[in-house]
Amino acid sequence: MTGTVLIALTVFGASAVEMVEALTIVLASGFTRGWRSALEGAGAALVCLAAAVAICGPALVHYVPINTLRVVVGSLLLVLGLQWLRKAVLRASGYRSKHDEDASYRREVERLSGLPRSGAGRDATGFIISFKGVLLEGLEVVMIVLTLGLSSGRLGIAVVAAAAAVLVVGGAGVAVSRQLREVPENAMKLGVGLMLVTFGTFWGGEGVGVRWPGADVALLGLLAFYGALAWAAAKWLSRSAGGASVAGPA
Amino acid sequence: MRIGSWLAAAGRFCYEFVVGDTPEIAVGVGVLIILAWVLSRGGGGVSAWLLPLAVAALLLGSLWRGRSAG
Repeated sequence: MTGTVLIALTVFGASAVEMVEALTIVLASGFTRGWRSALEGAGAALVCLAAAVAICGPALVHYVPINTLRVVVGSLLLVLGLQWLRKAVLRASGYRSKHDEDASYRREVERLSGLPRSGAGRDATGFIISFKGVLLEGLEVVMIVLTLGLSSGRLGIAVVAAAAAVLVVGGAGVAVSRQLREVPENAMKLGVGLMLVTFGTFWGGEGVGVRWPGADVALLGLLAFYGALAWAAAKWLSRSAGGASVAGPA
Repeated sequence: MRIGSWLAAAGRFCYEFVVGDTPEIAVGVGVLIILAWVLSRGGGGVSAWLLPLAVAALLLGSLWRGRSAG
């Protein structure tokens, strides 16, 4: 139960963060190159991502032994999670500027407005920009869905959580018809980074023979440990950066 | 020719995805997992507290590097 909830939350959070970035590209493409090509590009990319999960998921389950899968998956999750966590802590402590979705949107609009149109009907540039944006941002989501879903034997839950995030972020984007700059991206990145590192440690350890006390409950202990570490690290770095606020990484 | 350039692009993408600007994390995680595997193969097993502590040290080291790099 603990593991199932954490997996659903992790996949949902990771997918939402990536989809906010993809939405910025789709909206920029839609407003400058036309909605038909932008939405078709995004849709085609989502179909490719779903196909990747549908093909790779069952194949990995059938052909790779579970302990090998857990070592590989644990290592990948640790790498991804530590990268996310590092970035979020450096941003929260003032060593890196926070991701500005508005600035990304303006840059994208400026770039796309200057490109020539391919004629009447579907705009190839709008389609490709939208397709590439959703595909590249979505590949990380596919990786997280596959790794978390397969190692825990809950691929269905991981897929549903990712699809829910796509629907929520896409729906919010359509509803407000603009990029979602109010989304607390850094806080979400910090939270997801903590959970990826937690699962990475847990499964990487299980794969090489660690027996975790309390089985799944150890996940909560690991999460608390890494959470305290990230908080302390952000405080320490913030102090050495000259007092930048870390009270609420946003 | 086209397949070759696609493979090269895929290789670059994978490298950026896993290593990117934090090679210390990719290398550190690889070393950690191999060490834990060697320890467990040796018959002694791996203590549950050892892995989280090593991961914590890796994160702090990478943050220290990131702090210097800006």
